[in-house]
Amino acid sequence: MADAVQKKFIKGNEAIVYGALDAGCECYFAYPITPQNDIPELMSALLPERGGSFVQAESEVASANMLLGAAACGARSCTSSSSPGISLMQEAISYLAGSELPTVIVNMNRGGPGLGNLGPSQGDYFQAVKGGGHGDYRTLVLAPASGQECYDMMIEAFDLAFKYRNPVLVLGDSTVGQMKEPVVMRGPAPRNDYGAEDWRLEGARGRSPRLLKSLFLEDNSLGEHNRKLAEKYEAMQKEARAETFATEDAELVVVAFGVIGRIAKSAVRELRARGFKVGLVRPQTLYPFPSALLADLARKGRDIGRHFLTIEHNCGQMVEDVRLAVRRDADSAFFGYMPGDMPSSDDFIGPILEALENRNESKEHKE
Amino acid sequence: MSLYMDVIIAGFGGQGVMLIGNLLAYAAMEQGLNITYIPVYGPEMRGGTANCTVVVAQEDIGSPIISRPKSLIVMNQPSLDKFQPKLEDDGVLILNSCLVRAEDAQPRVRAFCVPANEIANRIGSIKMANMVALGAYVAATGIVPLEAVKKSLGNVVPAHYAHLIPKNEACLQAGYDCIRA
Repeated sequence: MADAVQKKFIKGNEAIVYGALDAGCECYFAYPITPQNDIPELMSALLPERGGSFVQAESEVASANMLLGAAACGARSCTSSSSPGISLMQEAISYLAGSELPTVIVNMNRGGPGLGNLGPSQGDYFQAVKGGGHGDYRTLVLAPASGQECYDMMIEAFDLAFKYRNPVLVLGDSTVGQMKEPVVMRGPAPRNDYGAEDWRLEGARGRSPRLLKSLFLEDNSLGEHNRKLAEKYEAMQKEARAETFATEDAELVVVAFGVIGRIAKSAVRELRARGFKVGLVRPQTLYPFPSALLADLARKGRDIGRHFLTIEHNCGQMVEDVRLAVRRDADSAFFGYMPGDMPSSDDFIGPILEALENRNESKEHKE
Repeated sequence: MSLYMDVIIAGFGGQGVMLIGNLLAYAAMEQGLNITYIPVYGPEMRGGTANCTVVVAQEDIGSPIISRPKSLIVMNQPSLDKFQPKLEDDGVLILNSCLVRAEDAQPRVRAFCVPANEIANRIGSIKMANMVALGAYVAATGIVPLEAVKKSLGNVVPAHYAHLIPKNEACLQAGYDCIRA
């Protein structure tokens, strides 16, 4: 398939579309919202050409429930929106998780709460990672930091959705959506439905009917169902992944995701060049969270008093997961950049140096 | 030190700053370099201010957002006022001297004053002043060969303007010659 490989100079939002199409997306339902309208625009042009269905729904509530129907039939389905629209979808996402249905939901995070603004933000971390709908469920969450990751993670998202029969969220922001970069596209990805023919609804002629539901009224049946879900979420933990940079001898490890992670990488590079022992972990999956990797870094860095600094584009959400992960051997400080505009690496230099300084102070104090 | 350059290109909405940002990025991509392009603009199609940031590097690119650029292309006076203070010492400044006071260029930067509107007007239309400025930028920095920029025009200019490509090439060349001559 070497001839199918091509490199395009495109926006992250466009890379999302090409990734979905190469993942074999058959249905896309959505309602427009800034800053992700490039996705429905391009999807409306390309998906019908490939024999798929593009539907502009009357609302996000409708598009999410269309996903529920399409996913129940085993179709490869997806939607995209931005923060307020994703809030409207939460009921259906809970039902999708409860009914164990595979689908892909893209959230190009904008400022909130409420209507917020159109600028980039990471304010939806809790909603994405802890489950924004009701009930005891999880969704897999992938966090792209580049156009290439937008493309790659869409292919991965469809695969994970079917592998675990679970909704997968792709959490970007308006920067990764609007930024243009070269993206290498590899053509149609190998398709694996992971035995969907055994559960999907396709007409019961010649076999007994199937029932996909999230209502469990019989004694103990919900408990049993939820335990089964919990086992599935446990099995997902092996999918946790992060980019690490210069962590080997780092006295301070910065933890940041998405575009904030790559901006932090520039700050870390600059400080390394100035002789400071700092490193970076950029979680690429937010659920499952790369806790084991962070715990391992904390344990191995005990002797040098390794400390952590979580940087986010919000008032402090992922920092809770970082602290949980490293709690046995270290702690994490926090720096939050407020939503609306984008920081540059200069904005992180001061907070990183301060965290490094505080670490040294507390180390001396202990000694 | 591996190759690295970043530039902020700024002007009025309608002066084509996004277009030359795209063009520079595309040409650099064709040279096998890593690039990021990020636009900043208001809701208006024309008028208002617009700018974009392009980063070109051999290494993978960390931040696509730059607060102290290494180079600057300014197409109008407000853009100079806003971005020159942020330009690094010895940074390259391409200044459209038809709309920007050349004497405002600070001695701490390497300023190149190009009468972009006038040159473009002579070739065909002041709408191509952006191309003159980019030609001058390429000459001043050597970041990509001018030929690579010309070759990329067909991939960046919308199809319904394709007939204007030869004149755009002439403007790129004129801007280039203005610095190299």
